[in-house]
Amino acid sequence: MSKRFSTKAMQLAGALALLAGVATGAQAGGTLNAIVQPEPPILVLGLNGQAPTQYVASKIYEGLLTYSADLKPQPGLAESWSVSPDGLTYTFKLQKGVKWHDGQAFTSADVVFSADKFLRAVHARVRPILNKYVASITAPDDLTVTFTLKEPFAPFISLFGTDNILVIPKHLYDADNNYANNPANQHPIGTGPFMFDKWERGSSIVLVRNPNYWKAGLPKLDKIVFNVIPDSASRAVAFEKGDVQVLRGGDVDYVDIKRLEQMPGVQRTTKGTEMYSTITSLVMNERKPPFNNVKVRQAVMYALNRDFIVKNIFFGIGKVATGPISSTTQFYDPNVTQYKFDLKKAKALIAESGVDVSQTPIKILDYPYGSAWSRLAEYTRQSLQQLGFKVDIEATDAGGWAQRVGNFDFDLTFHFTDQFGDPAIGVSRLFLSSNIVKGSPFVNNEGYSNPTVDELFAKAAGATHEDERRQLYSQVQKILVDEVANGYLFENQNVTLYKDNVKNLISNGVGTNANFESVTVEP
Amino acid sequence: MNILFSAISKLAKALGVIFAVVVVNFFLIRLAPGDPASIMAGEAGASDPQYVARLREQFGLDQPLLVQLWSYIKGILHFDWGFSYRMKLPVLDLILDRLPATLLLMGAAFVFSIVLGILLGVLSAKTRYTGQRRWLDSVIVSAALVLYATPLFWLSLLAIILFSVVLGWLPAFGMQSVGVELTGWAHIKDVALHLILPTVSLGTFYMAMYVRLTRASLLEVMGMDFVKTARAKGVSASHVMRRHVLRNGLLPVVTFCGIQLGQMAGGAVLTETVFGWPGIGRLMFDALMQRDYQLLLGIFLVTSAMVVLFNLLTDLVYRLVDPRIEFEGGK
Repeated sequence: MSKRFSTKAMQLAGALALLAGVATGAQAGGTLNAIVQPEPPILVLGLNGQAPTQYVASKIYEGLLTYSADLKPQPGLAESWSVSPDGLTYTFKLQKGVKWHDGQAFTSADVVFSADKFLRAVHARVRPILNKYVASITAPDDLTVTFTLKEPFAPFISLFGTDNILVIPKHLYDADNNYANNPANQHPIGTGPFMFDKWERGSSIVLVRNPNYWKAGLPKLDKIVFNVIPDSASRAVAFEKGDVQVLRGGDVDYVDIKRLEQMPGVQRTTKGTEMYSTITSLVMNERKPPFNNVKVRQAVMYALNRDFIVKNIFFGIGKVATGPISSTTQFYDPNVTQYKFDLKKAKALIAESGVDVSQTPIKILDYPYGSAWSRLAEYTRQSLQQLGFKVDIEATDAGGWAQRVGNFDFDLTFHFTDQFGDPAIGVSRLFLSSNIVKGSPFVNNEGYSNPTVDELFAKAAGATHEDERRQLYSQVQKILVDEVANGYLFENQNVTLYKDNVKNLISNGVGTNANFESVTVEP
Repeated sequence: MNILFSAISKLAKALGVIFAVVVVNFFLIRLAPGDPASIMAGEAGASDPQYVARLREQFGLDQPLLVQLWSYIKGILHFDWGFSYRMKLPVLDLILDRLPATLLLMGAAFVFSIVLGILLGVLSAKTRYTGQRRWLDSVIVSAALVLYATPLFWLSLLAIILFSVVLGWLPAFGMQSVGVELTGWAHIKDVALHLILPTVSLGTFYMAMYVRLTRASLLEVMGMDFVKTARAKGVSASHVMRRHVLRNGLLPVVTFCGIQLGQMAGGAVLTETVFGWPGIGRLMFDALMQRDYQLLLGIFLVTSAMVVLFNLLTDLVYRLVDPRIEFEGGK
């Protein structure tokens, strides 16, 4: 009798628990395990804009807009926006009822503070744009923000994601403009779907669900754990074992990608990087011989078999570039001079140039981001040797590389750069004469200077009609290709690997840098 | 009085060594191209010489080197070890946060390598000595040679693949399971499980050394006259081994202990990297890559202090093992 009673009691208790679970709206919940590497130094965007910080902090912070796979702006913290016909006034209407993770209300004052004071002080890419183009930023009321420009700048609307103009809490940062040393940096507060929980340095960063997120019913996940695993092989093992469910581009070596994508239960995608459209380039120092001669540069382009590079050095993960603007961005123009692999033509060009390349030994500065790049340097060396160059390879680490390239202390090197959806943001910085400044890589380090190109870029940035911009960018592409301003090698593809039970991982143009609000992990 | 005097002079020499390490490294790390400001600017894609100059000013890098050195030393004496501009945290906090993990790993690897190393070395020497089961001696010596010659990180990766991926017995990386809050015994068990593979990987090389050292040293002692005398008197082999041979044969092992601890204090970077173990070895490597001068110097300070300490301890242990050795300056 008592046995039957206790069984019934247990069944009843079980049923009640199930009901209780359903009543609280328990979605699948779950924890997503990912990898962040290298470990970011700090999680406050703006103070640091590197990829690891972006990956983690894009779940904590938000910008006014986000971007779809075809690079169209989507509502973020701004529920609607409008641009005046003359292209000078941008008005954003903000979402209602948004709260910061510490409970304070989000208002337009936060947006004005973030753009006008905070980002202007700390963000290297946004600051010059704000200083050059923005006349004023005002908040007519708590839910409206207006940006007034000095001159039209069509790409301005592409700058409102978390990697550019994001929003940070005024009530924590306005008191002291020593933003870098603000103790609030150790516990980032944003408006996003996930809140910062804890950071065990050297080990992991844990984010938890924001129960008061302004989008009802989101996020779906309970927790996201970013594991810090310093060794590439160990990261591959972690994924194989199932300790980690997502590997994004750069997490493991190309060799491992090929192996892991064959495993059962693994999905692969190259979507989600349309906003960035990264391109790999060979950078030649054009201030001194032999690369100050345009025929020599053209010869180099003919001597490099870029199909081979993509297929054999980068394991087929990439697409040969036809110019310095990626085919996945707007204003791409395929009608330019094609540099098909042709050693004879390359040698003929060297002869035509009149430069005796064997007299000026050159060094390739190895790009210290993995073994594929070392192979690329070795391949380039062999190719150039066939043209008569005397080539050596110099190794360095990331800090040394940044220093040397920033000080123009190199002959040849490689890098990959993001295009951020619009040539005015990600491409022109590599070719404008005004961007020949010492102190950092990823600017016009090769020293290319052409007043026509400068003019075309400036006009295209300011033009308001898409057709006009398209025409101007086509002209610029033709010139940059003919003069080989830099050696555009291939368009990077980032392969994201994830387990079958992870859903909705990549849903827009920023891919894994999106806020993961609708990602679910099925048990 | 003599002992006190010698103790003080040893301490003074130790402090002198630590001071020299810090000063030399202060200049040495500046030889590497790049500095924290240019690295941070490079990462930000900043094209702004004024921004970099302002960063340098903030970090105090624009002052003359000797002034920077002097202010650093003054800070150390006030227990202010500097500030990591990259991580925006005080250096002392960062180091103390990661030091326990390294000490745990070091301790475990040390115990593992010593216990197993001496045990196998004794076994090996004994079988050689008594003439029974000599094949055991060959097996142990060959195994020691193979383990000594094999690269540590390769062994580690193989171990991970076997025990973690294929068998699933042990975790693949980290010091504890992430995302779960464990306390008490559950936590200790969790850390212990995570500790097994890194300990074995780190300790194996040293264990192989101990096997060979112990074996060679014991064999030498076992050939001596007093051992023959003892056996002739009728003392049992194991009694002779324990009471006479081992104590005399252990000096080289003690020497190597000091060296091993010193090496591991440097923070087994390879092991910490492969296993994602959050220790100071990895911290030092990252600090070097990022040219985080203050953090790097702080770590050098800690590790050199530990090396010096272990050397002092080794000297003490010598005295214990062999009373015939004078404590330096004891006369």
